[in-house]
Amino acid sequence: MSVDRATVFRIARLARIAITDEEAKRLESELTGILDWVAQLDELDTSNVEPMTRVEAMTMKMREDEVTGGFKAADIVKNAPQEDDHYFVVPKIVE
Amino acid sequence: MKDLTDLTIAEAREGLAERSFSAVELTQAHLAAIKSANRALNAFVLETPERALQMAETSDGRLAKGEGGALEGIPLGIKDLFCTKDVRTTACSHILDRFTPTYESTVTANLWDAGAVMLGKLNNDEFAMGSSNETSFYGEVVNPWRREGSDAPLVPGGSSGGSSAAVAARLCLGATATDTGGSIRQPAAFTGTVGLKPTYGRCSRWGIVAFASSLDQAGPITRTVRDSAIMLAAMAGHDPKDATSADIAVPDFGAAVGQGVKGLTIGIPKEYRVDGMAPEIEVLWQQGIAWLTEAGATIKDISLPHTMYALPSYYIVAPAEASSNLARYDGVRYGLREPGKDVISMYENTRESGFGAEVKRRVLIGTYVLSAGYYDAYYLKAQKVRTLIKRDFDQAFERVDAILTPTTPAPAFAAGEKSGDPLEMYLNDIFTVTVNMAGLPGISVPAGLSSEGTPLGLQVIGKAFDEETMFRVAQVVEDAAGLIAKPNDWWSKL
Repeated sequence: MSVDRATVFRIARLARIAITDEEAKRLESELTGILDWVAQLDELDTSNVEPMTRVEAMTMKMREDEVTGGFKAADIVKNAPQEDDHYFVVPKIVE
Repeated sequence: MKDLTDLTIAEAREGLAERSFSAVELTQAHLAAIKSANRALNAFVLETPERALQMAETSDGRLAKGEGGALEGIPLGIKDLFCTKDVRTTACSHILDRFTPTYESTVTANLWDAGAVMLGKLNNDEFAMGSSNETSFYGEVVNPWRREGSDAPLVPGGSSGGSSAAVAARLCLGATATDTGGSIRQPAAFTGTVGLKPTYGRCSRWGIVAFASSLDQAGPITRTVRDSAIMLAAMAGHDPKDATSADIAVPDFGAAVGQGVKGLTIGIPKEYRVDGMAPEIEVLWQQGIAWLTEAGATIKDISLPHTMYALPSYYIVAPAEASSNLARYDGVRYGLREPGKDVISMYENTRESGFGAEVKRRVLIGTYVLSAGYYDAYYLKAQKVRTLIKRDFDQAFERVDAILTPTTPAPAFAAGEKSGDPLEMYLNDIFTVTVNMAGLPGISVPAGLSSEGTPLGLQVIGKAFDEETMFRVAQVVEDAAGLIAKPNDWWSKL
């Protein structure tokens, strides 16, 4: 599986990471190398195999429907680069 | 009497109980060791001496009243992946370098409840992605071990390289660590320490910076198997805040440690004899088999036929989950923000500046394999391969009680030696990653020295939630190998 330059930029856009042309060039060969290597999994016929979802069969536990926390707005915004009155401040989204 | 920094956790507990020394004295000895070593080793990214002394004083008060917990007064290092309330937690990434959690991870909270003392936060590969601690934003950690007759710096393994180096260099009595593909066991093997990854679900993941949620587990790095059992007992337990944490009682791991292996059957998987493995690793493995036989175990050859597919499937599952987990670092909630012309370029610039090269590589691979049209071909396929890997182990464990393998295909390598080729670096985890894929417990025990005079480890793999049998086997290996010498101290003299 070969990853071309355009694909690298498309993935980087999806991942919201700005990359330079130089990085894209390096990533093109690195990602191709990694994807070629994982392609050895195609040797395995998994058509009748269930995907693994857990180590041991466990039933998801239910808890009582009660208030367990909250009123922590100050904690939640504490590490924000910009906040105002318990709101996260972001660049303008709608013109 | 031994130096206070040379004690095992078990010995320190006795000394504290007998009042041979105080918790404050024990902590001071470690703070002094960190001070003289850290410039050379770079194991700690944050030292918390005031907090450590305060906790030690509290411990002395409790010990005087006979109220001490299981780890009362024991000074530990904490990998910087564990959120610590009001103490900076960065995952050794620039994107989190201004992050101070307002909460405590469950595992560290359990340790403080047991009376442990926090010396500081330990270096690791950025977001735990690496096998050499070379991807940390705060710089490389240097292995206290060197090759005989050489001053060239060796890597301490990764991602828990700060933890392994600190424990080996006597900067703390034990350390927390995390293991997604081998990040506890490989650094332990490289530094002559004991590294344990418990069964998935044994320790709560709540409050640990997430890398790959279906693989991540916390565990201890210590200097003995007994200390590993003591620390795990304090770290483990069900936590309602982590839905994948198992609601299973935590056994008395310490009681299992000395029980020996008489009557146990140990499996030797032929697929772990790989091309390119150093011949001395094979010799070490045979030595381990001989030790267990002498101690009364039965040895059985087993086959785990899908072993070779574990690493490639890991490099789909782990990046895919990482790309989802790391989506939260967007310049809005956690510290770093780089401005942009609109909100999307703000995200892009923040993540460009905040993530290092290895993290970007994995996020991009993960984004690719999860992108439209590729989910079935990659992620779903890899999860099916996991079922096959797990089935191999299930079938083997019908015939054997535990499995013995080498921990790594080679001893510690030099800094810079493998950082040029991601695939070559990934191969370090070839013997450890199967255990994460199947969710099993694994422990690396120091078993000898390489021809270069550096440590080598053997790995014991147990059945799910049967760490006890694993501890029994590990203790026999440790007893037979003898505690390996500590590294010569060159770091405090610089």
